[in-house]
Amino acid sequence: MRILVNGAPHEVASSTLDTVLVELGYTQPRLATALDGQFVPATRRPAQALRDGMRLEIVSPMQGG
Amino acid sequence: MRLYGREFASRLLLGTALYPSPDILAACVRAASPALVTVSLRREGAGLRAGEGFWSLVRDLGVPVLPNTAGCHTAREAVTTAQMAREVFDTDWIKLEVIGESDTLQPDVFGLVEAARILSGEGFKVLPYTTEDLVVAERLLEAGCEVLMPWGAPIGSGRGLNNLFGLRALRAHFPEVPLVVDAGIGLPSHAAAAMELGYDAILLNTAVAKAGDPAAMARAFAQAIEAGRTAFLSDPMEGRDMASPSTPVFGRAVLA
Repeated sequence: MRILVNGAPHEVASSTLDTVLVELGYTQPRLATALDGQFVPATRRPAQALRDGMRLEIVSPMQGG
Repeated sequence: MRLYGREFASRLLLGTALYPSPDILAACVRAASPALVTVSLRREGAGLRAGEGFWSLVRDLGVPVLPNTAGCHTAREAVTTAQMAREVFDTDWIKLEVIGESDTLQPDVFGLVEAARILSGEGFKVLPYTTEDLVVAERLLEAGCEVLMPWGAPIGSGRGLNNLFGLRALRAHFPEVPLVVDAGIGLPSHAAAAMELGYDAILLNTAVAKAGDPAAMARAFAQAIEAGRTAFLSDPMEGRDMASPSTPVFGRAVLA
């Protein structure tokens, strides 16, 4: 299926959020995820199904003011 | 200084952005010993691990972090960002920003109050970036905020305290609420002026990061904030329009 990952289209085989992160190469621990604008805690990623066209945001720490 | 029941030795909150290098950021933190350092979240690239590197630097600084919701323009975005920040940074403290206008980066105070209410309800310790508006301040307190952070001037402008009257009124209206001037501070004298008004702390970033010698400027700000606080506690004299001789006139020789 095709999903948007941080704004860019990706063709992915995984059907849940935890597996798609590994598929896309996001293996570091300090990440947070949101699907279609809703926060998905790390503990809920295995149960979070993906659907075609979903928007996935993956964020990590950065400098801030 | 006490914020949300936690005691802090310093009254300076320092941003971590815009420094010439990570080493200079670390030198500034060592020079100023801030109470908190602000951090943010951004999209991570696959396999890049940029966030890991920054996180390891911040962790080594040994200063508690205050994540922000910079760049959010709606309450919904800010709430989601805060929720993600809580997981990534392992803290329920959040510097809440809901930006309403792109040129001035002034807060959308309506979205701010809405987001503050939601986040306070979810157990966050919300430090809202707001204006000096008294009614908005009241609404934020009702929403559950225990700290208010009015702007001094637009973010990154370095203009200092644009509305001294408004900031003084806010201080007078909420004598018991911790108030932090956040944004617009350009010089240590601006920070000292805010502290002399009775503000509890100063949050700044650009004025240190963009100085020619950031670590020296960080130290200057720490000194100014401490001086301003001591001055406030010392009950400053009242100003007057006309001169008043400080040297006693009595007993002066008549030589004319």
